[in-house]
Amino acid sequence: MPVVRLVAFARLREVLGEHREIVLPDGANVGDLWEALVREEPRATALARGLRFARNDALCSAEMPLRDGDEISLLPPYGGG
Amino acid sequence: MLFEIVREPIDLRTIENAVLAPGCGGVVSFFGSVRERADDGRAVEGLRYEAHEAMARASFREIADEVRATMPEVRLAIVHRIGALNVGEIAVAVVAAAPHRAEAFAAARFAIDALKERSPIWKQERYCDGERLWVENRFGEERR
Repeated sequence: MPVVRLVAFARLREVLGEHREIVLPDGANVGDLWEALVREEPRATALARGLRFARNDALCSAEMPLRDGDEISLLPPYGGG
Repeated sequence: MLFEIVREPIDLRTIENAVLAPGCGGVVSFFGSVRERADDGRAVEGLRYEAHEAMARASFREIADEVRATMPEVRLAIVHRIGALNVGEIAVAVVAAAPHRAEAFAAARFAIDALKERSPIWKQERYCDGERLWVENRFGEERR
């Protein structure tokens, strides 16, 4: 079962915490991870709009399979500049 | 060329020095600073920025690569500050140096627009009434 490290930013960090490790079933993908987080913390549901994911510092889709040791970043809509 | 996320106040001159070159006769320096009022007119006490630092730096390099694909002589610096900023402080600086001004203006404009769209950086406005709000960049109808 893959253990992934989760890093959340901005309002998602406020809801989910900055870092945590999560164990997922074999074959789980990034979208499954998000579903698991939302089940655990329903307030995150409202923050799905415009959400982007990154796996090991590269943007990825919700279909990206998770591997043990991956770092998954949750990136809400950007506000830099 | 300089691509950084920093926590200290931005010194524009240092950034300019990183891209100035004898072959570059046109230099455009853009900086964005913290406004005292939000778009809705509310009084702003300050801002707090955070970034996915590795991805933000990578996005700056990618933006520069795109600029140089069409304008290979442009030298670019992109620096964004994170942490707590007060009104009037510089949040972001883009400096573009080129042989002539047209490329320098075009490169600086492209770089700041691209940064707002694709660099993983977040801004929280902190208002004088105590409220705090994460503010997203808007596209299409955005003020330019």
